Amino acid sequence: MAKIEILVVEDSPTMRQLIVFALKRLKDVNVTEASDGVDGLKKLSNKQFDLLIADINMPIMDGLKLVSLVRQDPKYSNMPIIIVTTEGADEDRKRGLTLGANAYLTKPVQTTQLIATVKELLKLP
Amino acid sequence: MIEKIYNKNYHLLTEVYMSKNRAEEFLNTFKKTADFVKELLQENEKLRYQIANLQEELRSYKEKGVGVDAHAQCIAKIAELEAEKNEILNKIREVEAENKSFAEKYIEVENENNNLANLYIASYQLHSTLNFKEVVQIIMEIVINLIGAEIFVLYLLDEKSNELSPVATEGIELSEVTNIKLGKGIIGKSAKTGENYFSEIIPIYENFNQDSPIACIPLKIKEHTIGVIAIYKLLVQKSTFNELDYELFTLLAGHAATALFSAKLYTESERKLSTIQGFIELLTK
Repeated sequence: MAKIEILVVEDSPTMRQLIVFALKRLKDVNVTEASDGVDGLKKLSNKQFDLLIADINMPIMDGLKLVSLVRQDPKYSNMPIIIVTTEGADEDRKRGLTLGANAYLTKPVQTTQLIATVKELLKLP
Repeated sequence: MIEKIYNKNYHLLTEVYMSKNRAEEFLNTFKKTADFVKELLQENEKLRYQIANLQEELRSYKEKGVGVDAHAQCIAKIAELEAEKNEILNKIREVEAENKSFAEKYIEVENENNNLANLYIASYQLHSTLNFKEVVQIIMEIVINLIGAEIFVLYLLDEKSNELSPVATEGIELSEVTNIKLGKGIIGKSAKTGENYFSEIIPIYENFNQDSPIACIPLKIKEHTIGVIAIYKLLVQKSTFNELDYELFTLLAGHAATALFSAKLYTESERKLSTIQGFIELLTK
């Protein structure tokens, strides 16, 4: 059975590690890390992913730009996207969801909440 | 004459005719009555048979010792079953309550596990480098991502001047923050006593006021304070500190302090080493 491929795009190594550690509790999951939007796009073009988790505030290319570019790619038009960010204002949330994210989680994110969202979007038991 | 004879005969004929009709009517009534009596007799026979059966049944019950007692026994059995049912229902309730308690404990353990995992990763990251700038950067990341602070300052204690100097800021320019004397104000006192400070009410943030943090966490190695993290504003989605934050703060502060101290020592020793090497090179030239 093929593993579920998840890409985590986050500039903070600590936060990235926290997300990766949480995701590794799920069965048959393979997690790839990227440190900014450009790095994320590069990794998305090299491999087919089932889910993208992205931060908003990142150097070089922010998460919102990344989400809008990913949604323009027919290969990823239906891939679930989760934004995990410190930006908790309603307008930020609306913007993220309008650009194509499926879920918008704010930091400090609870591991249980993140796992539940991933399971829901990937329809995992 | 003839007419008389005719009339007489006519009367006789009429009478005969009418008598015949009455007789038929009588016969019909008689037949019906006979049928009814027959039916009654049959019904009577059936009832006698049923009575005989019931009497036989009653005799049999009496012989077996059952009878009026059977009713009482049935009532007793019903009461017994009712009590058993109630007992089972109580047990179900107990099991349900136990399940609920287990579910709550599971969530509690799950949360505790998640927090330990977070703490493990945070401390692992803190001790992953001996570069002072990197350690400071990791502390900043932890305070933003794990605590949920938007505006905060990391102060380090200068033991020579007994002052807390800002070394890193988030949400405010470093130039806007000044040194604080040890023991002065909330931050100075927190550094001097080594005790955490949490504002009872978190006021609405308006302007940066260096002396009015909402939380102060001294960075201590055992009882020796090396600095303070002062938080001035939380992220918009975080209205207050929760129970977990207090624990997390204390645990992280310990790790952050040792990481900072080690990195500082390492940087200083590196500097000293290069100076000594310079001297040696000068002497051996």
